[in-house]
Amino acid sequence: MPNHLYEVIEQTARDLYIRALTDIPPDVRTALRDGLAAEQRGGNKTAEGVLFTILRNIDVADETSTLVCQDTGLPVFSVKAGTGLALDYAEVKARLRRGCERATSEYPLRSNTVHPLTRKPTGTNTGEGLPVVKFEFVPGSSVLEITIAPKGSGSENMSFLKMLNPADGTKAVKRFVIECVFESGARPCPPIILGVGVGGTSDLAMQLAKQASCFRTIGSANADDAVAELEKDLLSLVNRTGLGPQGLGGETTALAVHVEWAHTHISQLPVAVNVQCWRGERARAVIDADGKVTS
Amino acid sequence: MAHHDLTTPLSEADVRQLKLEDTVSLSGVIFGIRDATQIRIFDEGVPPPVSMEGGVCLHTAPGVRKLPDGKYEKISIGTTTSTRMDRFVPGLIGQYGVRAVIGKGGLLAGSVEAMQKLGGVYLAIVGGAAALETLQVEEILDVWWEDLMPECFWKFRVKDLGPLIVAIDSHGNSLYQRIKDEAAERIRSFEY
Repeated sequence: MPNHLYEVIEQTARDLYIRALTDIPPDVRTALRDGLAAEQRGGNKTAEGVLFTILRNIDVADETSTLVCQDTGLPVFSVKAGTGLALDYAEVKARLRRGCERATSEYPLRSNTVHPLTRKPTGTNTGEGLPVVKFEFVPGSSVLEITIAPKGSGSENMSFLKMLNPADGTKAVKRFVIECVFESGARPCPPIILGVGVGGTSDLAMQLAKQASCFRTIGSANADDAVAELEKDLLSLVNRTGLGPQGLGGETTALAVHVEWAHTHISQLPVAVNVQCWRGERARAVIDADGKVTS
Repeated sequence: MAHHDLTTPLSEADVRQLKLEDTVSLSGVIFGIRDATQIRIFDEGVPPPVSMEGGVCLHTAPGVRKLPDGKYEKISIGTTTSTRMDRFVPGLIGQYGVRAVIGKGGLLAGSVEAMQKLGGVYLAIVGGAAALETLQVEEILDVWWEDLMPECFWKFRVKDLGPLIVAIDSHGNSLYQRIKDEAAERIRSFEY
């Protein structure tokens, strides 16, 4: 594999980190505008004001090329790698990390990363175990698809896991998710994008929840009918809580509820919840075998 | 839901007039503080480097660039979740005379009580809206405790910061608590 492809990967990681923090994805913008329209119809002036400010903030970020939010997050990558590319994935991972470090020093981005106990900063937005990189290998493909979600902390602190009793069924799943939303309240910057992982093992459920909150297109439905129905029911329930934008009341508590699932053990029902804030920051690029990058 | 244009420093009368869901645009000088800043003040017993009497605090750790002359240029100034720093609020108001805290995510019962007793308010800014907030912070005037970067003690000049929403007033009312109580009531009626 030509060496320059690794250079392209590093540069792309750098650019994606900055793009995700400055340019809100179109599906998130649409959902926020729909939220504003709903609050206008409902006549809640505070909720309308909050959503209006959010949309104005996105415009200001567009016009001034500045960060939408000051929280530059922890970089989380989802990488779909075509098996037609014979890449050294240790090197790919190193280049993704280097790209984040370059974005941090060159932009410059605020660095958030510290040792969990001593709280000593690394200054690079990378460190032990960071960035988080999840690889998925795609047979028959010869492109590398990289998506970054620089995950903000206000929402990431609202993460939950419970191993439910299978005998309590889907009702227990819904009850737990609503408890999590209530517990989170105003803290994760609602309107939120709610990610739920159902099934698998405990760690897989958390991964699925992150996939659901950060990497799905807003409002897309799960391919599994039962799961898609759960998404619809949960969205309706979450928005009936009335917590609203910023937890100050209103109809728009969540822009979307996404559920990802895996098969699980006969005696298990793991449910994980991961919350994404209204910013829904994410940026994606595809690199082909010649090193050509498309967004 | 009245709108108020206020200028710092704030008097007790300035904050006592504010009612839940009123909006405020704030001009003047505000202090930027975060977890580490307040751990130094309250847990390590180091007094703030300047008087905070009649002052306004913003829960923030800004993204900045240091210039050759030692001053700081703003890159992105936004707001962090206040709830984490709830335990410091009664001290800010009671010991140091702070009149308003600007943040997102809200504060808990102890802070609501302190604000009622001593005359303070919590002004909610829209969390995540840092592009707008960065425009409204005109200048970084001063910085102390740079070893805590980015959680230093910052002094900003702001113009028409907002719209800020009065989410905890000085009369014992919290919009967060009201909305949570109503949500709890609704959730009790949910059929799963």
